[in-house]
Amino acid sequence: MHEMSVALAVVDQVAEAAERAGDVTAVRSVRLQVGELAGVVPDSLAFCFELVCAGTLLEGAELVTEAVPGRARCTPCAHEWAVGMPPRLTCPACDGTTTDLLAGRELRIAAVQWETGDPMPTREPISEEC
Amino acid sequence: MCRVVDLRQAVLAKNDASAHTLRTRLAAHGTTVVNLLSSPGSGKTALLESELLRARERAVPVAALTADLATENDAIRLARSGAPVKQVLTDGLCHLEAGMLAGHLDGWLPDGTRLLFVENVGNLVCPAGYDLGETLRVVLASVTEGEDKPLKYPTAFGLAHLVVVTKIDLAEAAEFDEIAFRANVQQVNPGVEVVLTSARRGKGVGALLDRALAAAKGAPPHTPVMAGLPDLRHGHAHTHPHTHADDTDAGDLAPTPS
Ligand SMILES: Nc1nc2c(ncn2[C@@H]2O[C@H](COP(=O)(O)OP(=O)(O)OP(=O)(O)O)[C@@H](O)[C@H]2O)c(=O)[nH]1
Ligand SMILES: [Mg+2]
Ligand SMILES: [Zn+2]
Ligand SMILES: [Zn+2]
Repeated sequence: MHEMSVALAVVDQVAEAAERAGDVTAVRSVRLQVGELAGVVPDSLAFCFELVCAGTLLEGAELVTEAVPGRARCTPCAHEWAVGMPPRLTCPACDGTTTDLLAGRELRIAAVQWETGDPMPTREPISEEC
Repeated sequence: MCRVVDLRQAVLAKNDASAHTLRTRLAAHGTTVVNLLSSPGSGKTALLESELLRARERAVPVAALTADLATENDAIRLARSGAPVKQVLTDGLCHLEAGMLAGHLDGWLPDGTRLLFVENVGNLVCPAGYDLGETLRVVLASVTEGEDKPLKYPTAFGLAHLVVVTKIDLAEAAEFDEIAFRANVQQVNPGVEVVLTSARRGKGVGALLDRALAAAKGAPPHTPVMAGLPDLRHGHAHTHPHTHADDTDAGDLAPTPS
């Protein structure tokens, strides 16, 4: 169950970023990109995330996971394909074994939505209604 | 007020950074790490016992660290070789992380150690995601586990620099289909070397030591397809998150970070 370690890493990093920002009062949501080949189970991650968030600035925050499909390109013949699961990393067109993985290993915090306590310093468009 | 902040940070950035630091630090001392991954009971300790003995015969300074949820049994077995051995109990954690490993090496790893073998917790899921600062990652599977293991655990097998088949003495009884196994390995990790071993019969013993020594001498290890494009995972981590003034690209996914 390394989803717990992953959840801890996410919460730590978001909490650190919030600390740096200074005026964050609550975190509403965290968007995570999870590649098909990242070796993480989104459901189990969401469960751990909720537990880990308790008692932190992220309490009650929603975890939005975005699945990133695995894609690969054959170096010799330039054919591109969806690798699938289990992944096929040899070329389905020419059987080549020199492959570039284009996507699918992501495990990345994309964006965070949080509340700040400060009044707006200047008029600027508000990013999102929440 | 509510803001969307574009963080773009790799979740395991901290572990990756610790692993990088550890690799550099150990390299400065002439030590190369070999990370051994397999399901519980595949025969990591048995093979390692033989490889440590072989290393001692050849006067190669080796050490081993073994991680388990409980018991010192593996360390006791490995220590019979005479090599320095350390048992790490992970307290329920299903994998080692680079920072933990670094902590356990402090004050223990003997000076002049050429190769440090790390036997990870028996588990093919979790350890796969954590770089331990190793130069050689070895994934083992015994002939009794089924030929489709590489397809069931593609991240583990897909990131291996070397695949070791163990308990080959049982191949016939288990009706192990070597061709099918090799094809499955190839599917998730084209070009990776597969070696067949039996710790029980001494078959293929020494191959792991040879590959580890080659890696220690700087021979470039195999590059798994899955390990390519490291910046996919690392992203372009911003030191300071920036707030988006307009929301058009709030939380954009930046498919190709620069
Ligand atoms: N027949 C045969 N049995 C083996 C061989 N290698 C290991 N075994 C047996 O397989 C069992 C597990 O071996 P270990 O070396 O403890 O496996 P491990 O991967 O270290 O196990 P964990 O640390 O618990 O994950 C033991 O009963 C070994 O005696 C082999 O080459 N042939
Ligand atoms: Mg063991
Ligand atoms: Zn786990
Ligand atoms: Zn091709």
